[in-house]
Amino acid sequence: MPSTFDTVANIISETCDIPRETIKPESHAINDLGIDSLDFLDIAFAIDKAFGIKMPLEQWTQEVNDGKATTEQYFQLNNLCTRIDELVAAKGA
Amino acid sequence: MRIEYFQLIDRIVDLNLADKTIRTEARVPDASTIFEGHFPGLPLMPGVLLIEAMAQTSGWLIIGATNFTRMPFFAALKQAKLRSFVTPGQTLSLSAQLLHEGSGYAITKADIRCDGKVTCNAELTFRLVEFPNPEFRANMDRMAALLEFPLGALAHG
Repeated sequence: MPSTFDTVANIISETCDIPRETIKPESHAINDLGIDSLDFLDIAFAIDKAFGIKMPLEQWTQEVNDGKATTEQYFQLNNLCTRIDELVAAKGA
Repeated sequence: MRIEYFQLIDRIVDLNLADKTIRTEARVPDASTIFEGHFPGLPLMPGVLLIEAMAQTSGWLIIGATNFTRMPFFAALKQAKLRSFVTPGQTLSLSAQLLHEGSGYAITKADIRCDGKVTCNAELTFRLVEFPNPEFRANMDRMAALLEFPLGALAHG
């Protein structure tokens, strides 16, 4: 069974045509991989489907805009994968 | 249909939030300045306006699914196919299905039929935001009434 990171990295690679080997756990989706907000909707759709979750993008964006969180907390891939794992765990609880 | 006002559907025929589907209808006007240019001697409903009609149909489905809490803005189009000409005077039957309602976005697939035959179809992506201001929201309420939006289909509570 692939790890959360492998699944997310494969989704990003296929959705945004980014070479898989350039996508690292420490990569920032926006700053390092150059993914814009519209492309991120495609990624979010694929992640939501793959994991059976609904990533709270509105809440995350609001927290960043309000200065309560940094983009690294949600859009650096290792952190994003941790959030996904938490959402999957909460779904099964 | 009032093309010049970008009102591309006439009526909501059915809204089924359990199935996440909607059906609307529209009649292409017999005459419009648009047909004078598109095209002289062969008036055709522009494909971009057929796509907009699918977007408006999808939009009302999303508004219903989000219980009038979010305004959908058309963001992306995929797999769009314009399969046959649509001409003045034709009646369009439009339908859309909500494929996914994410946080701040939604995906639908939609099609338009003329005389039972699919004339175009596509997958559409929308950004969902709160209504930008009370005036905007009030106008959407007026449009909903005009299109016979079935308020009884909404989830209450």
